[in-house]
Amino acid sequence: MNKDQNLLTIKNLTIDYEVNSGTVHAVDNLNLEIGYGETLGFVGETGAGKTTTALGILKLLQEPRGRIVSGEIYFEGENLLDKSKGEMRNIRGSQISMIFQDPMTSLDPVMPVKKQIAEVIKLHNSISNKEANKKAKEMLETVGIRKERADDYPHQFSGGMKQRVIIAIALACNPKLLIADEPTTALDVTIQAQVLELMKDLKEKFDTSIILITHDLGIVADLCDNVAIMYAGSIVEYGDIDSIYNNPLQPYTVGLFNSIPDLDTEKKELQVIKGTLPDPTNLPSGCRFHPRCSKVFDKCSRVETSKIEVEPGHFVNCHLYNDNK
Amino acid sequence: MKKNKNHRTNNGSLLSETWRRLKRSKLALLGLIIMILLILTAVFASFIAPYNPNEQDLMNALQSPSLEHIFGTDQFGRDIFSRVIYGSRISLQVGFLVVFMAAFIGGGLGAIAGYFSGHIENIIMRTMDILLSVPPVLLAITIVAALGNGLINLMIAIGISSIPRYTRIVRSSVISIKNEEFIEAAQVTGSSDLRIIIKHIIPNCLAPVIVQATLGMAYAILTTAGLSFLGLGIQPPTPEWGSMLSGGRSYIRDYSYMTLFPGLAIVVTIFGLNVLGDGLRDSLDPKLKD
Repeated sequence: MNKDQNLLTIKNLTIDYEVNSGTVHAVDNLNLEIGYGETLGFVGETGAGKTTTALGILKLLQEPRGRIVSGEIYFEGENLLDKSKGEMRNIRGSQISMIFQDPMTSLDPVMPVKKQIAEVIKLHNSISNKEANKKAKEMLETVGIRKERADDYPHQFSGGMKQRVIIAIALACNPKLLIADEPTTALDVTIQAQVLELMKDLKEKFDTSIILITHDLGIVADLCDNVAIMYAGSIVEYGDIDSIYNNPLQPYTVGLFNSIPDLDTEKKELQVIKGTLPDPTNLPSGCRFHPRCSKVFDKCSRVETSKIEVEPGHFVNCHLYNDNK
Repeated sequence: MKKNKNHRTNNGSLLSETWRRLKRSKLALLGLIIMILLILTAVFASFIAPYNPNEQDLMNALQSPSLEHIFGTDQFGRDIFSRVIYGSRISLQVGFLVVFMAAFIGGGLGAIAGYFSGHIENIIMRTMDILLSVPPVLLAITIVAALGNGLINLMIAIGISSIPRYTRIVRSSVISIKNEEFIEAAQVTGSSDLRIIIKHIIPNCLAPVIVQATLGMAYAILTTAGLSFLGLGIQPPTPEWGSMLSGGRSYIRDYSYMTLFPGLAIVVTIFGLNVLGDGLRDSLDPKLKD
């Protein structure tokens, strides 16, 4: 395995949705890189295009409404957008897996959990039913579910255990990349911690790269190596966890941090980012964030932002940090 | 609630789980027992029936129920008990074949309509709307009138008139299941469309189809009896519950048992099928389990 090469490289990815009221630019000119064994936090508001990016990587956008307009997605050096449907099916589940937000609805209600895990194993490995079932039981134990419960149906499990089963399914074929789409949003806090702990362990064990989609900066701090902050379809700030948390630059990132309750300092009210995400069919000119930005100046509405490297590995899309303002 | 470890077999199939849950409902069990008895009766009719159902014995016409003829005899002296026994064959034949035909054709059309939306769905569903807009019995009468009498034509008629129900049920199930997150999750694991349909969509929409099948069987039996009563279905002297009712109706004032027993046979069968259908609906839904 070549550690220098990136596992996944996304170049200029643009994804559009056709809706009745026009075209939604869900993802706009997105660039992203993930190395082997890296965990990337993908942070943004609801509707920022995080899930769309994830589905785009897997080529599972709901056609014909959603489509990849342009860009390249390189996975282990090969462009996924050139792959046929059959080739993509082989990659899904075995090379790239995904965990969904709601464990309650992500499992087939009429199939015992063991069988659901065995399904994936059988799909990508030519092994007998018996071996697949054995491996499925092992996977269940790996995620901390007793194997006596292997024949139970999803409704007999609690939410946290269901998410464990889903993680077992996702990791059953030892994928190189795991996309976790808000894996803990639907769980309560104590279970969240358990599931995150489990993901941390398994990441070590299976040496899997993870894209963790979330809007919880606390989870990101706990789990991730690098962070990408997404706003209205593009990444506004990217860097390793220390530089983002110690030195957030983009006013949007700063706003996100300010809207986290802090126990140490006494504040009457939380500072929130005013306004909501712009209408995706009618994005503002220049910097997408300028109508909501506290540090807006005249250039922001006129000129599109571009990526600026403020310190090694820390990129920001903001005119504030452009030398020739 | 207590865990059911000792009930569980190694493969823990859907069938054994359903049976385990069905056992809890006494009414559903009663329905199942009625259906099993009915099937046994139909299969072993020639052993159970004490007389030939079509043998006329005018000396013993219009006998009240007695030890010799426990359901009495009709105006031609035929043993009503034997005729009711043999009548179960026709009813079950029609019931099973009609349901198979309708569930297969209707379910298939429904799955196609649900999975491939657009023009195909429109054509199929509007055709079903046309079929539904005609009252089912009237539709069956029209088809029988066009094709002629007889068991096969009767089954075709009732089958066609019950196709739209299955199409609608399967289509709506497929549409709602198609958009479930676990289908998306299955796509993420690399399953093909066909695999998703077979492994995930069909098992998930089977429950309403099975329920509809038991109720549809009741409908088929009832409609057969109704059409035969009107003289459009099974023709005398073939023993059939509906035509027996029809034959006995002019004697209802003085010899009410002639209509009572075939009528009872219909009522008990329909009752059994309905409670069995209800019980199956409850026990096939894994969300209601435990």
